[in-house]
Amino acid sequence: MAKYSMHILVCGGTGCRAAQGLAITESLKKEIDENNLNDTVQVIETGCFGFCEKGPIVKIMPDNTFYVQVKPEDTKEIIAEHVIKGRKVERLLFVDPDKKEKVSDSKHMGFYRKQLRIALRNCGFIDPENIEEYIGREGYEALGRCLTEMKPQDVIKIIKDSGLRGRGGGGFPTGLKWEIASKNHADQKYVVCNADEGDPGAFMDRSILEGDPHSILEAMTICGYATAATKGLVYIRAEYPLAIKRLQVAIKQARESGLLGKDILGSGFDFDVELRFGAGAFVCGEETALIHSMEGERGEPTVKPPFPAESGYWGKPTNVNNVETFANIPVILIKGATWFRSIGTEKSPGTKVFALAGKINNVGLIEVPMGITLREVIFEIGGGIKDGKKFKAVQTGGPSGGCLTTKHLDTPIEFDTLIAAGSMMGSGGMIVVDEDDCMVSVAKFYLEFTVEESCGKCAPCRIGNKRLHEVLTKICNGNGTREDLELLDNMSRVIKDTALCGLGQTSPNPVLSTLDNFYDEYLEHVDDKKCRAGVCKSLMQYVIQPDNCVGCTACARVCPVGAITGERKGIHFIDQSLCIKCGACIEKCKFNAIFIQ
Amino acid sequence: MDFVKLIIDNKQVEVPAGTTIYKAAHQLGIEIPVLCYMNLEHMNIENKPAGCRICVVEVEGRRNLAPSCSTDVVEGMVVRTNTMRVLNARRTVLEFILSDHPKDCLVCPKSGNCELQDLAVKMGVRKIHNEEISQMSSYRVDYSPSIIRDLDKCVMCRRCETMCNDVQTVGALHAVNRGFMSVVAPAFEMDLVKSTCTYCGQCVAVCPTGALAEVDNTPQLIRALSDTKKTVIVQTAPAVRAALGEEFGYPAGTSVTGKMVAALRRLGFDYVFDTDFAADLTIMEEGTELLGRLEKHLKGEPVKLPILTSCCPSWVNFFEQQYPDMLDIPSTARSPQQMFGAIAKTYFADKINVKREDLIVVSIMPCLAKKYECQREEFKTDGNPDVDYSISTRELAHLIKEANMDLRNMPDEDFDNPLGESTGAGVIFGTTGGVIEAAVRTAYEVFTKKKLEKVDFQQLRGMEGIRSASVDIDGFELKIGIAHGLGNARKLLEDIRAGKSEYHAIEIMACPGGCVGGGGQPLHHGHSEILQKRAAALYREDAEKPIRKSHDNPMIIELYEKFLGHPMSEKAHHLLHTHYVDKATVIKTIE
Amino acid sequence: MAESKVALKRADKEKLVEVCREFNNKPGELINVLHRAQNIFGYLPAEVQEVIASELNVALAKVYGVVTFYSYFTMIPRGKYPISVCTGTACYVRGAEKVLDEFKRLLKLEVGETAADGVFSLNCLRCVGACGLAPVVLVGEKTYGRVSSDQVRKILEEYGYEG
Repeated sequence: MAKYSMHILVCGGTGCRAAQGLAITESLKKEIDENNLNDTVQVIETGCFGFCEKGPIVKIMPDNTFYVQVKPEDTKEIIAEHVIKGRKVERLLFVDPDKKEKVSDSKHMGFYRKQLRIALRNCGFIDPENIEEYIGREGYEALGRCLTEMKPQDVIKIIKDSGLRGRGGGGFPTGLKWEIASKNHADQKYVVCNADEGDPGAFMDRSILEGDPHSILEAMTICGYATAATKGLVYIRAEYPLAIKRLQVAIKQARESGLLGKDILGSGFDFDVELRFGAGAFVCGEETALIHSMEGERGEPTVKPPFPAESGYWGKPTNVNNVETFANIPVILIKGATWFRSIGTEKSPGTKVFALAGKINNVGLIEVPMGITLREVIFEIGGGIKDGKKFKAVQTGGPSGGCLTTKHLDTPIEFDTLIAAGSMMGSGGMIVVDEDDCMVSVAKFYLEFTVEESCGKCAPCRIGNKRLHEVLTKICNGNGTREDLELLDNMSRVIKDTALCGLGQTSPNPVLSTLDNFYDEYLEHVDDKKCRAGVCKSLMQYVIQPDNCVGCTACARVCPVGAITGERKGIHFIDQSLCIKCGACIEKCKFNAIFIQ
Repeated sequence: MDFVKLIIDNKQVEVPAGTTIYKAAHQLGIEIPVLCYMNLEHMNIENKPAGCRICVVEVEGRRNLAPSCSTDVVEGMVVRTNTMRVLNARRTVLEFILSDHPKDCLVCPKSGNCELQDLAVKMGVRKIHNEEISQMSSYRVDYSPSIIRDLDKCVMCRRCETMCNDVQTVGALHAVNRGFMSVVAPAFEMDLVKSTCTYCGQCVAVCPTGALAEVDNTPQLIRALSDTKKTVIVQTAPAVRAALGEEFGYPAGTSVTGKMVAALRRLGFDYVFDTDFAADLTIMEEGTELLGRLEKHLKGEPVKLPILTSCCPSWVNFFEQQYPDMLDIPSTARSPQQMFGAIAKTYFADKINVKREDLIVVSIMPCLAKKYECQREEFKTDGNPDVDYSISTRELAHLIKEANMDLRNMPDEDFDNPLGESTGAGVIFGTTGGVIEAAVRTAYEVFTKKKLEKVDFQQLRGMEGIRSASVDIDGFELKIGIAHGLGNARKLLEDIRAGKSEYHAIEIMACPGGCVGGGGQPLHHGHSEILQKRAAALYREDAEKPIRKSHDNPMIIELYEKFLGHPMSEKAHHLLHTHYVDKATVIKTIE
Repeated sequence: MAESKVALKRADKEKLVEVCREFNNKPGELINVLHRAQNIFGYLPAEVQEVIASELNVALAKVYGVVTFYSYFTMIPRGKYPISVCTGTACYVRGAEKVLDEFKRLLKLEVGETAADGVFSLNCLRCVGACGLAPVVLVGEKTYGRVSSDQVRKILEEYGYEG
């Protein structure tokens, strides 16, 4: 980076790209060109900054100015004012919602203040398509040390001592996993990176692969060295074209630099990485299903044992870790196990990346030390609930997890406490819901997902989840009974107890945790035929308040089914037998004359 | 071998390491209920997808219940198979399965013989909760000449998939779709008739429910038997007599030939004949063909060897579909069923002075492919089939019961003549190795013109999937290969294709065990030792026969003298041989 | 033999044979081959699966079994403008369902269907990772963020919708 005096970092994550991020980069380059600044200013498209809510984001270095919600047409001003004249473009700075002050350095923003970036250390700082930039930030140093100074068992010992646990959801100790794989001897062993991120609302793996692909390649190579595997495979969703492209670029660069392939760094160790593409099956996040999928089969899980470490890809010992787990490896090896253990909690050292989404002010990708409380995450980092609504719950762990409520706000977040609270870490999705959300419907939404994604192999998941979804639908339609609540509970417990794989065993969690925490809401649906959030259409009626109706006919005109009648300047009336509860009338009425009963 | 001690339901048991909980419990006399699991131990076929979750048990220290069929025992393991937690889980899971299963047991072909029904009885499920809102996974019913697929009744046990792919390597059936709509079906969920199905019926033989069943031809049969204008005759295949008794409480391996004949006569058949007669005829034709090829071979003339047997219609389908480049290798001899039909509707019809169209030929077969075979165009004259209907052993048992007859009370009666006379060689056609043994008995005497002293060829018997043996025929070493199960047949065929086969003759039967394990036999419900017992019954019957070589059958001799001339004569060619058709999938392209 | 709705052009067959050869005709490469085939044809009609089955020496029923297992693979040709509504959780809680309903209503299509004239097809997808823009709609490669149901008509009109 030496030759330039100034760098403009443009977020190249999927979210910002979707919001014209690419056009911003292009436009900045054009402006720089026109102003003859090519020798002094460089534009770099980086990985995700995390603050997706305020994207697209542009950051100017070295003065660390953080511009939010930048549009392509803003680039002229950024170059003319900031770059040339050294004056910040005030209107593009972030405004602190509490103090109403402009903040230019991200360090001082609530969103970043409590974050600690280990896995995401390079995301938003380097050009992911340039290996030099990765190397410039201690990249491949850990690999070099491992290959030249350490024995495989030394590497495993450090990972074991660090207490790192699998970030894909299960929380299995990574070092132990490596040790088991290393002890199974075979003519060929494999290292697999699970990048089949499938939790709806979780996108941390994608961001790491897009923003820092070399860290994954380096970690996989280290794992290969530690477990005596010479082949690495990244199983990645075909729906992630940008991540695939950046991985492909990174693999090519690493091979050219002698960091992948034969005789890496002259150590005699061979290792290479190939990509395998997922094809849209959530269950393939389960490691046995993933392996079957890589072998060209239906991604159906099989009973463990045997574990992949004994018999995995083509029956050979295979170590499977997820993207975020791998992203931690090089740092741990450089800074040591003790350093890593100093972060987070005793049982869950280190940090965790969460994808914060839903009814929250600051949607985005965050990395926080384990042990942080939900309150800190939601109200400090997340900036609280959107539109000043009331916090109701947060769903962690995606479709496998559960809902946590106000009573859990001060629970420290780590693997075991979340399970104790009836949820789980999962891959790190965190969806916030507010008072406008119906918890029965939320459970139904997740079950719909599970039903769609069940592989169909075992009966409890294939049929049981369908039945859960049907009973939830029955309740939402106002036909539920108290017996149905008991049924839900029993069916859920049996599915958990009997399903074949992790997906099936956790699929009833959204039902159980909502039953646990929001039983009164279920009762209202069943006994009073009422949905307090006004979500369940069958349990509500759109009614016109005669006092407020002026007879403007706007509602009658917008009604798609002709359910509203009334003379011009006369009071209108909604025929409940025709109304499909689409809500179009209520949006159109300017006189607050329509309300939900 | 390492042994492992564990406790199941408070009882200690010691089993070899690598044993499953299910098998260890079985050793203690504890029968854990299963649905998808199937172990055909004697055939080395095991199906354990661990999908039904009916066999779950509680294992101390494990968070979830464990599927006993696929969980290996561990030293010191403490297992409970009948806690309330286990019973509730099993019952709930069974209710799930039943909630996606039609309740039309009254008209189901498997009713009374259904593993799912048995489970429902055992667990006492009385109610499907919320049945009115429970959607069912529903599919189009598929009819083929042999097999009916009613996949609404599929429980995704995957047994049929295992048989069709791993055992038979036919690949007609595979799990398709995902989740609730997943089911085992042919590609594009097309009809079986358009798939690579060979109608071996092994899928039917293992299906625990009524999802896969044979086509029921008994209604046509009843109509034919009640038509006074028709003469109805029946032939019974060798493997039928060794299994029919199982349906009437006889222990497996009891031969009930005489009682079966009596029952058939009482059902109203005008003549009760034996397919074994046609089996002897097959040996005359096939054996002559073999000797012809061998003679050429010995003279150094170019000739196709090995010769492959052709009495199994499923096997014929298999090579027509998958080995169309090798259609000239199998014998051209028709199967015994079809030889019988051809002779019955010519020689015998003339003899009793009945017009072809007034003679109905019925076959009782251990096989479902025979239903298809008798409908092949090659086996019809002016649209009239040589064999009109083929009835499986199961259908016959049903018909006998329906007619208020108990096989056990039947006297032993003999087949009618002339087409009921047979030899021990014909009897063993029903088991793997039997056809080739019968052929060797005749080939030896015809080739050497000497009397065969020892009729039993033990080296050709057994249940190994692929066997090879050589037989000394007066100094000439005849190399013989035997395969049962189409997957095993494929291995021999690949060798032939690669020019690596050293055999002179190969016997192939599509079903594991040969016809005794046919798709139309009484269901073995996973007890594969039954097949061996049936085979043993046939060998016993062979040993008890006064005549044990096909060419010594007096009625066969008479048939050639009075009607056919000699084996491979022009008339024999016309009536007893066939040709094969290339049925491979062709991908059409356009410019 | 499967009935083919359309016969396969010789050139297309050759392309497929070439793809299979690139993967050494290994049965284990089935999914990779299917990905490539779908890239070429946009979908995986029966004839394409037949060729792949025969080239990789895999049972046709298995190829179909794999195709129908993965939601990414489709046997229905997609529209000229494929519309994908993200129904990931973040989008769901920010109203994706209403947006989807509006697409269904205006296009008279159910999820997974392609219009008879082949212009639009409608699908759902789970999380594109742009949760900051929820609810998100994709038309081809173009992303629309923070979509509300009353914007649906306008989006469709960009692609010539006149209904």
